[in-house]
Amino acid sequence: MISHLRTMWLVFLHLFHKRETIQYPEEKVAMRPRWRGRIVLTKDPDGGERCVGCYLCAAACPVDCIALQAAEDENGRRYPEFFRINFSRCIFCGYCEEACPTYAIQLTPDFEMAEYRRQDLVYEKEDLLIDSQGKYPGYNFYKMAGLSAGVKEKGKGENEEAPVDIKSLLP
Amino acid sequence: MPRIYIDNMPFEVKAGKNLLEVCLSLGIDLPYFCWHPAMGSIGACRQCAVKVYKDAEDTKGRIMMSCMESVKDDLRISVCDPGAKAFRAQVIEWLMTNHPHDCPVCDEGGSCHLQDVTVMTGHDYRRYEFKKRTYTNQYLGPLINHEMNRCIQCYRCVRFYRDYAGGKDLNVFSAHNHVYFGREKDGVLQSPFSGNLAEVCPTGVFTDKTLKEHYTRKWDLTNAPAICQHCSLGCNIIAGERYGQLRSIVNRYNSEVNGYFLCDKGRFGYEFVNSENRITQTLIRHRAAEAVDEQTLMNHLPHILTGHTVIGIGSPRASIESNYALMELAGKECFYQGLPDNQVFLEQKIADILSAGTIHTPSLKEIEQADAVLVLGEDIWNTAPIMALAVRQSVMRTAAAHVQEQVPVPGWHDAALKELAQESKGFLANMSILSSPLDEIAAVQVHGTPDDMARLGFQIAHLLNNTLPAVDNAADTLLHNATMISQQLLLARHPVIITGTSSGSEALIRAAYDIAAALQNEERHPGLAFVLPDCNSMGLAMTGASSFEKALAIVQKNPDVTAVILENDLYRNIPADLVDTFFSKCRQVVVLDTLHNRTTEKADVLIPVATFAEGDGTFINNEGRAQRSYQVFMSPDKVLKEAFKWLFEMKVIRRAISNGHDVHPDEMLAGLERAYPQFKGIADVVPSHAFRIHGSRIPRESQRYSGRTAMQANKAVSEPKPLQDDDSPLSFTMEGYRGMPPAPLIPYFWAPGWNSGQAVNKYQQETGGALKGGDPGIRLFRETGAIPAYFQDIPDAFSPRQGKWFLLPQYQLFGSGELSIYTKGIAALSPEPRAILSARDAASLNMATGDLLSVQTDNRTYQFPLETRDDLQDGIVILTAGLKGMDALSWGTWVNLFK
Ligand code: SF4
Ligand code: SF4
Ligand code: SF4
Ligand code: SF4
Ligand code: FES
Repeated sequence: MISHLRTMWLVFLHLFHKRETIQYPEEKVAMRPRWRGRIVLTKDPDGGERCVGCYLCAAACPVDCIALQAAEDENGRRYPEFFRINFSRCIFCGYCEEACPTYAIQLTPDFEMAEYRRQDLVYEKEDLLIDSQGKYPGYNFYKMAGLSAGVKEKGKGENEEAPVDIKSLLP
Repeated sequence: MPRIYIDNMPFEVKAGKNLLEVCLSLGIDLPYFCWHPAMGSIGACRQCAVKVYKDAEDTKGRIMMSCMESVKDDLRISVCDPGAKAFRAQVIEWLMTNHPHDCPVCDEGGSCHLQDVTVMTGHDYRRYEFKKRTYTNQYLGPLINHEMNRCIQCYRCVRFYRDYAGGKDLNVFSAHNHVYFGREKDGVLQSPFSGNLAEVCPTGVFTDKTLKEHYTRKWDLTNAPAICQHCSLGCNIIAGERYGQLRSIVNRYNSEVNGYFLCDKGRFGYEFVNSENRITQTLIRHRAAEAVDEQTLMNHLPHILTGHTVIGIGSPRASIESNYALMELAGKECFYQGLPDNQVFLEQKIADILSAGTIHTPSLKEIEQADAVLVLGEDIWNTAPIMALAVRQSVMRTAAAHVQEQVPVPGWHDAALKELAQESKGFLANMSILSSPLDEIAAVQVHGTPDDMARLGFQIAHLLNNTLPAVDNAADTLLHNATMISQQLLLARHPVIITGTSSGSEALIRAAYDIAAALQNEERHPGLAFVLPDCNSMGLAMTGASSFEKALAIVQKNPDVTAVILENDLYRNIPADLVDTFFSKCRQVVVLDTLHNRTTEKADVLIPVATFAEGDGTFINNEGRAQRSYQVFMSPDKVLKEAFKWLFEMKVIRRAISNGHDVHPDEMLAGLERAYPQFKGIADVVPSHAFRIHGSRIPRESQRYSGRTAMQANKAVSEPKPLQDDDSPLSFTMEGYRGMPPAPLIPYFWAPGWNSGQAVNKYQQETGGALKGGDPGIRLFRETGAIPAYFQDIPDAFSPRQGKWFLLPQYQLFGSGELSIYTKGIAALSPEPRAILSARDAASLNMATGDLLSVQTDNRTYQFPLETRDDLQDGIVILTAGLKGMDALSWGTWVNLFK
């Protein structure tokens, strides 16, 4: 009996607490930047597409909802010819972001993705690519890679020596 | 068998092996780079370190390179010793100091030997803070990509390219930490085995450029065990698909056939499957709407198949199932080969010789192990490339074996053997019409007409067995060569004689047989190998069907013939005016093929069929080995089924028997075996389609296959039902049995920790040995032990004729293939058509290199740019054969030439 009364009392007190429920959608939630929502593809500081079509995100994805095809431009720079995420399957685990060696794929704090048709949850590259570096500014994979793909020449990378002169026998 | 202790565990191991081979064969993951099972050890990379102990008391041990130590009885080693482990991790860390940050954009990634070993040794964090060495790359042609930064200086590439394959134009340059693996300057790699660099190189320095065009990681491919379609050797391949396109071919190890390597035609010649020129629609011509659906076709077929004479024209590039289905449709007597008389005659002769079983026909592995080789008039470099590579190994290994007789060096000790053998070589006599790259390693090279080469052959046979007739009026060089070759052959234990059909000469086949027969005795076991033109030439020849000319005779007599032509562009095999006559006389022509060509243009009904990648089929190679090629993927276009399925349905229509269900290849083979005893045993070539392991199928896709729920989501967001394969125990999904499948069903090589092709070690009984459970394929010819009967009949010497030239073909590795030419890179390397004359003949015609020569043959006149050669005999004209768009000509006939 005491316990019942106590419970009722506690519930009653809640009437005077600060409300947790917000009046969504009139009122918006404050989202943290690391919240795992809608996935985007970002660009590098030079404005080039960051994704190099390495397929690591696709391999990491536990529900296999990422499909892409790598292609190469005239400079040898890799990019995805198409990049598709089936958000009706995505579980927003963030493994793709973790796997991505170029910071291209990032999860954003946007969860407002409801659609009436499931088909509309299939996002293509045009829907995913944003004109921003996202959460990780400053990184440009092709400046780090050994490959020369129109971003820097061989030997011009930060941690690279000039290309070897194979005709020389000097140490 | 020596007993050794590895980490205190006793193992019985094979003598003569090195410790690395032993560890890998036992299933121990010991990292390595420079050792290669086919090329032996040189101890260059220092990756395979183990601790070796003096005796049971020794606790300190010394670090040694396992690939450079032989097994000895009671040897104690440790793989897990912390010192050895640290050493191996250290080696990788050093290699990584200069390794570029490339994995995401490196085509090797996901099947990278270096990644495997890096992970295996545990190196994961870069401590080195200084700069990385860089190199500039080279253009190496349309097939191989070069990215030199990724090199780890293991020397495998040059050892393969130069030592193993005899290439000249790839080398190592510069010194100390600047060594560079490439060409002297940019340019196309000249060796037709260059594609193997992509597999031999443990890193992404050399990668497949055709794959780059539609790049897919190994884990994303749908793979199946298949058979190369581009020559008669039947190399085993793994074909991989993604998004409805065939994307890559890699080697599928088979110790008896291709071992670890493929030729570039086989590796890169797959793009015909993806060609724009594919037939994708059933067509009924001469109507308003020619493209029809399957039902319309089925309604139309009874009109042309019933109540008329049906003849079938078979194909040397279609599977044996499809050829058999056509035999069943048309009836045995109405089935023809679709090849000219002469070719059918030659192939029949070969099939007869092999089925008589008096002389052993060697596998490629046995050719590698031969101790003397005689190539009699076949340009194997161009018509059977991997056989040429095997012949080269025989020459090198024989030299090494001679060394080993004097100095006790183990066979795997490549560097020591090379050093001791220097320039010495085993015996090879190479006879061909024109000079060939094989001449370089040949002790005797002979160039001449097929008849002259056959005469030399008969003289050799005479010297080996003097009851055989001698060649009369023989020139001195012939006698000299014959003496020399016969002496060398007599010294051998396992000599191999190779000939083939490409020079169109029956005399060569007879001569080769007589030599082999004369060599055979208690101690000497000769092998007699034949090269045929196409991937199922042997299968077709074994049917014993008659030639195209016989079919032509039928249609000329009978005005009511429906001809069903199976995967055969007749214009490539038969002179054009004969084919034109044939088509004009047929009432109806039904063609089943994969690509549009001149023959399909003549079809009244055109039916698209599956290529090897979209269908199952069994192919019989040059040694009579039946091998199954499994479907890789299901075409998004449903109509693309195997020819034998279409033909079976047509038979049902024609014979008005009930259908019931689709046929499986298994049933076709069982039927074939029943109807034609020469194919006995073929039904056992692979496990039946109902075979399961613990109730599971074997998945064609890796467990990391990605994109399953997104690949087709642009079309429809609900995933379709997984595709069913009713014809084989393989599945089109990632689900199924993940253990070791039976050897004929291995879709790709993968083992935990080994994502690269090096995983093959786990599938072998011992490194470099047979696959577990035995190599796939069944040899249909069995030795009978019957006494060989000699042919003898010696042809006359070739003599030039006034105003006439003897027409002979020159086949091209790149260019003569009907299908491989659809690969852009191969087309780019294909030579232009040309005619070749001796310099004197050209002068007599008042012509020089580059002029247009007119050749009159087969009632037509063709024009070719002329090339003059000094190594060619007078009285012969040689034309490039089989290039795209070229007519078939009557090889081995006398033709007119004029300016
Ligand atoms: S992991 Fe990153 S770079 Fe690689 S394909 Fe995915 S998004 Fe592109
Ligand atoms: S060679 Fe291997 S380790 Fe090196 S970049 Fe390529 S995938 Fe990575
Ligand atoms: S290019 Fe490849 S095979 Fe050649 S040395 Fe370098 S890593 Fe080894
Ligand atoms: S040798 Fe013949 S079968 Fe082997 S890969 Fe080359 S073309 Fe194919
Ligand atoms: S594999 Fe032993 S040293 Fe390279």
